Amino acid sequence: MSTLSAIKKLPTGIAGFDQITAGGLPEQRTTLLAGTAGSGKTVMAAQFLAEGIRQFGEPGVFVTFEETPQDIRQNLLSLNWQVNTWEAQNQWVFVDASPTHNGEVIAGAYDLDAFLARVAHAVQKVQARRVAMDSLGAIFVRLPDPLTIRTELLRIASALKQMGVTAVMTAERDEEYGHITRHRVEEFVADNVIILRNVPEEEKRRRTIEILKFRGAFHQKGEYPFTIIPNQGIVLIPLSAIELKQRSSNKRISSGNMMLDAMCDGGFFRDSIILVSGATGTGKTLMVTEFTARNIGAEERCLLFAFEESREQLFRNASGWGIDFEQMEAEGKLKVVCEYPEVTSLETRLIEMKTIIQEFKPTRVAVDSLSALERVGTMRSFREFVISLTSYIKHQEITGLFTSTTPSLMGGTSVTEAHISTLTDSIILLRYVEMHGEMRRGITVLKMRGSQHDKEIREFTIDQQGMHIGNPFRNVVGILSGQPIQVDPHELEPPTHINKNANLPRHQQL
Amino acid sequence: MSSYVFKLYIAGTTPNSQAAVANLQHICQEHLGTAYELTIIDVLQHPQLAEEAKILATPTLVKESPVPIRWIIGDLSEKRAVLAALGLPFRTTSEK
Repeated sequence: MSTLSAIKKLPTGIAGFDQITAGGLPEQRTTLLAGTAGSGKTVMAAQFLAEGIRQFGEPGVFVTFEETPQDIRQNLLSLNWQVNTWEAQNQWVFVDASPTHNGEVIAGAYDLDAFLARVAHAVQKVQARRVAMDSLGAIFVRLPDPLTIRTELLRIASALKQMGVTAVMTAERDEEYGHITRHRVEEFVADNVIILRNVPEEEKRRRTIEILKFRGAFHQKGEYPFTIIPNQGIVLIPLSAIELKQRSSNKRISSGNMMLDAMCDGGFFRDSIILVSGATGTGKTLMVTEFTARNIGAEERCLLFAFEESREQLFRNASGWGIDFEQMEAEGKLKVVCEYPEVTSLETRLIEMKTIIQEFKPTRVAVDSLSALERVGTMRSFREFVISLTSYIKHQEITGLFTSTTPSLMGGTSVTEAHISTLTDSIILLRYVEMHGEMRRGITVLKMRGSQHDKEIREFTIDQQGMHIGNPFRNVVGILSGQPIQVDPHELEPPTHINKNANLPRHQQL
Repeated sequence: MSSYVFKLYIAGTTPNSQAAVANLQHICQEHLGTAYELTIIDVLQHPQLAEEAKILATPTLVKESPVPIRWIIGDLSEKRAVLAALGLPFRTTSEK
């Protein structure tokens, strides 16, 4: 009995793609890349070769049916890929099947032997391991005999297999959800089908990639968002591929405020995500500022992404609370990144933030505010962004502090919270409390995973030294719902309540 | 008298290739006598030549001269189409 071996995968080197495909493309097979115009087919086909050269030293053949090699060289230059350099090094070779002849006539039966011979020649010439063909639609226009072309494609796919190369073929689709390809090529080279989409959603475009099938091989199901950025090309944003295996640490770090540390039973966990929610002006930016500047360990570095205020405003605010951001940046302990949320899409934003985190290697990351990014993408994009960012930060064992602005001044929750609250380890609420005709501020720790915490709603004030957390609000109910009502103290006596510090561990009682 | 220059790209000895050679020779004898030059290129032996000439399908007949250059794809069994592409008059057997 012969033993059949499982289908091997060839790592593509495309960021995130090898995770969702559980190892890459099926080796020595042809995979169909189907997509509408502008869905990124050509980029992905070219990137398959580019990463082969850059990461694995595997030469490739690019067969172009539509654009001339010169056009492709030029287009890929916008991603900073120097195709002509690779050509000079015999790592990349073009087979030019673009329509250059004008006076073509069909007069009898034909096949694509000449084409196949050219591809085989090119593969041999550079000892190619990868072949990309872009895009099949053009050949159907040129040779008006679909049956012959389909049969020939099947023959080409099997010839490629015999050459031992792994190939991708791109094909057009007419609609995002419908027939796989315009010319039904999937019926012929359909063992492996990947679909690229560029779907308009709430007036924004969202790129996704889906592995429709890998015959006989495992892959993740569903659509994965991706973005295209210079130098890197296509970058996938894996969601389910991110394993939930973050180590949980028992190490605590200071929140930047001693009293808040006490409320959190000794500070935040080092690899936790904390969400600070509050209306505008309740002190979220102050909390962020203290988190990035106060009680910072000698080895710690803080990274602050600010999407609501300018650098000048932030630095001025900080100095108003007695914190010198400029000095900290000069010492390399802090990096402040200020940008308008609208500058880029969420997908690209995520990749950029990850890159900055990778380069700066912070121990703390603050985002002020996360809700400012809400309006940039669709709900789905935003949710994916939050999931991906939080899991990345936790994975790096970084403490993350995100702020979320609630739409109403009194109480209320925001969309951000709906998406992020289950992903965060701790939630801190900042609320306005109207009492005796004046606005006061309250803070409470709503949740803290894996730890005891103070359950009281405490009053706090803000002055030149920063935030001062004081005593719990007594005889007020309904603060969180935004309708504080003062009641007679006697009505509030809980039956077993004797010590107001009962919830705090003994050594931290206030 | 104009002189015809042909290049015929074929793939080994496939039926299409053999038919194309025979059909072309027949047409030339009938219409051009000896006033033509024909080079037969086997793409399996010389893929580089097929690459340079950007030949996709086989057989492909290229009429390089007289201008305009024409590419005729197929085994040349559709005589009327071949003659039209070559700029030669189509004559029925009875006229001959």
